[in-house]
Amino acid sequence: MRREFSDWATAYARTDSKFLFLTGDLGFMALEALREEMGARFINAGVSEQNLVAVAASLAKEGLHPLCYSIAPFLVFRPYEQIRLDVALHSLPVRFVGNGGGYGYGIMGASHHALQDLAVLSCLPNFECVIPLCNEDVAGAADYMMQAPLKASYLRLGAGFWPTEFGASQLFAPVRTLQKTAKPKLSVVGIGPVLLNALPVIRTRPVDCFAVSVLPAVDLPEVFVESVVESGALWVVEEHVGRGGLGEFLCAQLARLGVRFRFHHSHACGYPDGLYGSQMYHQEASGLDTESLRKTLKKLLNSHSP
Amino acid sequence: MHVDIYHRRRECALKVLELYHGAHAGHIASSLSCLEILVDLCFLRMRETDRLVLSKGHAAAALYTVLSLSGRMPHVSLNSFYAEGTLLAAHPPCGSSISAIPFGTGSLGHGLGLAAGLAFSQRFTGCSFQVYAVLSDGDCDEGSTWEAALFASHHQLRNLTVIVDRNQIQGFGRTEDVLNLEPLADKWRAFGFDVAEAAEGNDFESIEAAHAAIARRIGPGCILAKTTKGHGVSFMENCLEWHYLPMTDEQYSLAVAETLTF
Repeated sequence: MRREFSDWATAYARTDSKFLFLTGDLGFMALEALREEMGARFINAGVSEQNLVAVAASLAKEGLHPLCYSIAPFLVFRPYEQIRLDVALHSLPVRFVGNGGGYGYGIMGASHHALQDLAVLSCLPNFECVIPLCNEDVAGAADYMMQAPLKASYLRLGAGFWPTEFGASQLFAPVRTLQKTAKPKLSVVGIGPVLLNALPVIRTRPVDCFAVSVLPAVDLPEVFVESVVESGALWVVEEHVGRGGLGEFLCAQLARLGVRFRFHHSHACGYPDGLYGSQMYHQEASGLDTESLRKTLKKLLNSHSP
Repeated sequence: MHVDIYHRRRECALKVLELYHGAHAGHIASSLSCLEILVDLCFLRMRETDRLVLSKGHAAAALYTVLSLSGRMPHVSLNSFYAEGTLLAAHPPCGSSISAIPFGTGSLGHGLGLAAGLAFSQRFTGCSFQVYAVLSDGDCDEGSTWEAALFASHHQLRNLTVIVDRNQIQGFGRTEDVLNLEPLADKWRAFGFDVAEAAEGNDFESIEAAHAAIARRIGPGCILAKTTKGHGVSFMENCLEWHYLPMTDEQYSLAVAETLTF
């Protein structure tokens, strides 16, 4: 999604003279065109994420439109205190764009993975996490992010093209229905590109499928709630640790609505074998690859059969 | 030095003591340590459009008092200090509820980055104002402070002045015992700041001389104000415990008496 994001930012910079792009010394082979386009408005703040965020807070305070960019864990965890205090608690519209959400940086190792980012950011006041489903989503997601005038937001970039066998990709929206069946036996919900791993598996099966792209999702659409009511079973797929992610969020929301359902959660399990590899390697270790998801679905449908 | 400033200082010191006594709260010595720095800024130095970031947010009582008595914080009563439902908590409030306080602080290491951002923003907004950041010794322990120093220097933010309230006492010991900061002036110089030392950091003439010494510069400036923690109250001066302790009635009376004759 990095290329799509760079294209979006280059175009956006032409439309908004207050737009400032701050990078934590990252962007090689991706942001050169943007740097050229923006000139002095492209600020490489160096490898100093705490200061990057503090400066961005002040720029927003002065009415400018700063966006902070880095590898996702570098952008979220090191300067989290600045994000919490300088940005969120001051209701300042600073935008954060983290590349490589989840296991996106694969063999780069644990330092480069962002598995808890949505949990720690989505609980902040005046803050929204925006998670594109696929590469085609990025421009719409970035536009969505920039349109909230009083909110900070975090765009979590991953990678994955929309599968053409599912037709044209839908326009970006906080929650989208990807598949709706007459009598669903299961409601599948995912966040980010890992859900694309599940799409070939659920196709032609009696399941509903939804993509959530904004956390916290304040209002769950009726079609989703009705699906869970009807199926009585919820399966959440996310490349994020179980605690504090989409699964727990949906469980709490549905419980508040009085919905009864069985729950299965496929989520990032960290490093269960203590070893490292590609993004696919880690997805397999967490049961998030297509084959693992196929087995899980089969099990769930069998166990949920009347 | 205009004689009125000494009157102002006394007025502020008495109010600070009154606030802490009324709230039965600590951080008294931290406020007294930087009181002259803040009085100088708010009564003498800062234009209406200039910005002040108190990185050592635990000296909030001094900030509230000086802002209020200099007319920079109308509509907020100092009497609400520490009250339930107040804007005036032990550390400055977040949000834009008090325009003279651009940022809430309290955890150390935030102020310089925020001040640098305010100074840097002028490159894009066309506005023109001075930014002052008041830091503590503890602030100088924080890595984020030095990140911000690099940034301020790299971007030649000459409209930024850092004032370090160098009383040499931090949360749980003397700075040179906890985490040696010296040679601090050389460190700030090495980071690209024009540095002046106010040898008597609680003295207005010394503070003025330090500001004057770095007035003609091309990048950011730093004043190391060698202050005394608890300045002006003999039993508090240079005592770690007055970072935390509230005053008894007797101690308050004594502190007021000393301040009146100071």
